[in-house]
Amino acid sequence: MTAMRDKSGRPVVVVTGMGVVTSLGSGKTDNWARLCAGESGIRTITRFPTEGLRTTMAGTIDFIPVEPFSSTDLSERLANIATEEAVAQAGIGSAGDFPGPLFLAVAPVELEWPQRHELGRVIGSDTEIDYDQILRVSGGGAFKKYHRRFLFGSVADHLAETFGTKGSPISLSTACASGATAIQLGIEAIRRGEADAALCVATDGSVNPEALIRFSLLSALSTHNDPPHAAVRPFAKNRDGFVMAEGAGALVLESYEAAVARGAKILGVMAGCGELADSFHRTRSSPDGKPIIGCVRNALTDAGVTIEQIDYINAHGTGTPENDKMEYLGISSVFGERAKQIPVSSNKSMVGHTLSAAGAVEAVFSLLTLEHQRIPPTINYDVPDPAIPFDVVPNAARDACVTTVMSNSFGFGGQNASLILTREPV
Amino acid sequence: MTETSSRSKPIEAWITGIGLATSLGEGLDAHWEALNQRRINADEKSFAPYVVHPLAPVSFDAQIPKKGDQRQMEAWQRIGTYAAGLALDSAGVKGNTDILSRMDMIVAAGGGERDLVVDAGILNAEAKGNAAPGFLNERLMNELRPTLFLAQLSNLLAGNIAIVHGVTGSSRTFMGEEAAGFDAVRIALARIAAGQSDIALVGAAHNGERKDLLLLYEFGDFNLKEKFAPVWTREQSSGFALGSGGAFLVIESRAHAEARGAKPFARLTSIVADHARRKRPGEVTSTLESLWSKLGSRAEATAIITGATGAEPVTSEERAFLRAHPDIPVRATGTMFGHALEAQFPLGLAVAALSLSRGALFAPDDSSDQEIEMSEPPAQIVVIGAGHWRGEGMALVEAIR
Repeated sequence: MTAMRDKSGRPVVVVTGMGVVTSLGSGKTDNWARLCAGESGIRTITRFPTEGLRTTMAGTIDFIPVEPFSSTDLSERLANIATEEAVAQAGIGSAGDFPGPLFLAVAPVELEWPQRHELGRVIGSDTEIDYDQILRVSGGGAFKKYHRRFLFGSVADHLAETFGTKGSPISLSTACASGATAIQLGIEAIRRGEADAALCVATDGSVNPEALIRFSLLSALSTHNDPPHAAVRPFAKNRDGFVMAEGAGALVLESYEAAVARGAKILGVMAGCGELADSFHRTRSSPDGKPIIGCVRNALTDAGVTIEQIDYINAHGTGTPENDKMEYLGISSVFGERAKQIPVSSNKSMVGHTLSAAGAVEAVFSLLTLEHQRIPPTINYDVPDPAIPFDVVPNAARDACVTTVMSNSFGFGGQNASLILTREPV
Repeated sequence: MTETSSRSKPIEAWITGIGLATSLGEGLDAHWEALNQRRINADEKSFAPYVVHPLAPVSFDAQIPKKGDQRQMEAWQRIGTYAAGLALDSAGVKGNTDILSRMDMIVAAGGGERDLVVDAGILNAEAKGNAAPGFLNERLMNELRPTLFLAQLSNLLAGNIAIVHGVTGSSRTFMGEEAAGFDAVRIALARIAAGQSDIALVGAAHNGERKDLLLLYEFGDFNLKEKFAPVWTREQSSGFALGSGGAFLVIESRAHAEARGAKPFARLTSIVADHARRKRPGEVTSTLESLWSKLGSRAEATAIITGATGAEPVTSEERAFLRAHPDIPVRATGTMFGHALEAQFPLGLAVAALSLSRGALFAPDDSSDQEIEMSEPPAQIVVIGAGHWRGEGMALVEAIR
């Protein structure tokens, strides 16, 4: 029998359920088929007017109606769909009674423009509008639902109630590494012996005018608007930014022991995780790459695996000039010559950057890569960047023997997190 | 650091650093003095009819020397980065790159401050008929400061602490109002107790002088209006007065502290939390009772420091819990600091650790019968947080003698 504990004597953490929804579709089956076919979910935005915007496309999820729209409502719906799929696959607990804590990666919540417009209309056009006037009309119960809706903890509260998770649900943000951090918190809780199971969910429904404009003003977004499906070009010389996208990923983590005891199907192993913060700049990585290098090394050490054992890297690969360059620097510093041999592909070339959800969405895709022994491509890779000599699995999926995957996530605010996933316990 | 296997005896954790910057001042001596003089800094005029507890004057330069860094932050981030620096100073690790580069960080954060002028300008123009498609886009593209977003992102308080103070072992930001505050400390402690971490910076900051935040709570009629009153005497007008402040703690394993000769303020023995559905009356009361029983043994000389908000019905439910434990001196931080949401629980822990280290509980600040004098030095203080809407947390902090 395989050991229930890892090399460090900690409980082995396995995955027994996964769910995903992205701009490519809802559920693992659709997503995997379209990912391996090299399809893009990026489209021209129709949700709101795009006049005057430099970027007019995104990986929006329009096939799930949310009326009236708010990013927080969409985030909640997406999280719900992914979690339902994950919990159903795991077959754990009973309906509305998940036997463990919830760790939710979610975009920071705030009141949005449709609600501000509504308040403005209540004040009317005869009065000069300022925040004092807005406050004057906001109390008394007429907008009570907005208090609840726009609390930071509201999405986690909904999930905790719907799925019956235990204890105090944790909502977290580590920017674009949030999904990986949610998984990391679940791994740590199980390793501590606090829980036999954890529900790790990450969601983002952020494509609204102000969110898009914020990233646009930071010059972070691609402006290759036409055709939209060719916008995200990770590792290519003509890459010019990331593309905002929506999505959610959910994973049921369990101790190997608990999963075996209840006869659950093991989908993969969360062998290790690493993190390291960067103190260089609010949006840029330290030019020497040390924090990324340290993060990747921490993950390898935590998992107890060597660079020779990693046979696929699921890259952060946003398609910004800066990220992809720094990711190459980090990976090549750790992996040496092997950095040019290991397949390194970016799911974001197809689904876009699902921001808070990305780490979990890409963990699900990494596990599907292990399951199907097939590596999804990096699409839109027509002009290689000689400064980044990765094997990016250009444009077409590839069958491969994959036993151990590294999935990287890096975010604004110096956030770095890496996960190591395997088919079998290491 | 090697992570030990689970279920072994928990590793003892000490609070070795406290950083406080609030409406009562900055630093430990100023707070101790203010608390014992029963000072309250409540402002009924600036945001009338709303009562707020404004930040006392603070020299940000002392902890954030680069003006460029200060300009990149909005007030909540400056308050937090400042208080985090005070905590690192207090623990004696400021500038110690060896420790800071492996120090974990968990920050409980809300979100950033809006540009109120831009918001109002857009709404006014729209009210006057500017409703063309793309009007909102044009105004936001032209009027939003490009770096404002970075001052709004929840995880950028942690990001700024990394940049300004060099804390880089890890960086995690928890959101979710009051619960984020106790969950941040709960996870930091759990990691240390299990050997997953040796030392952590944990805390939160809140700027209560914000109309966009008042708006969120006004939707639910949670704001205290017109006149200040202590938390326990708001029967006629329930609610909370937002408070500005930052509270950060350095928590580390006893072995790590002793190895570097650090002096503890107190022992952080345990933290427990839950999430009552609050659908039936009494749920919060019974949840608090259950957390109380999970906290572990209690000595004779116990006190309670609560972050009770003044909002209803949760404050009444907490009072019912407190009535079941009579004769324990209680202090409500909401009375003298206002309500600082994510920061309220770290603030409670900070003043608990401060009290234990000074061998006394500070003076009561309340005319009701809820708060009584404590003549003996407290051996233990239980810190309570019951969120205005969700989340119940409780911590046991003990004197080290």
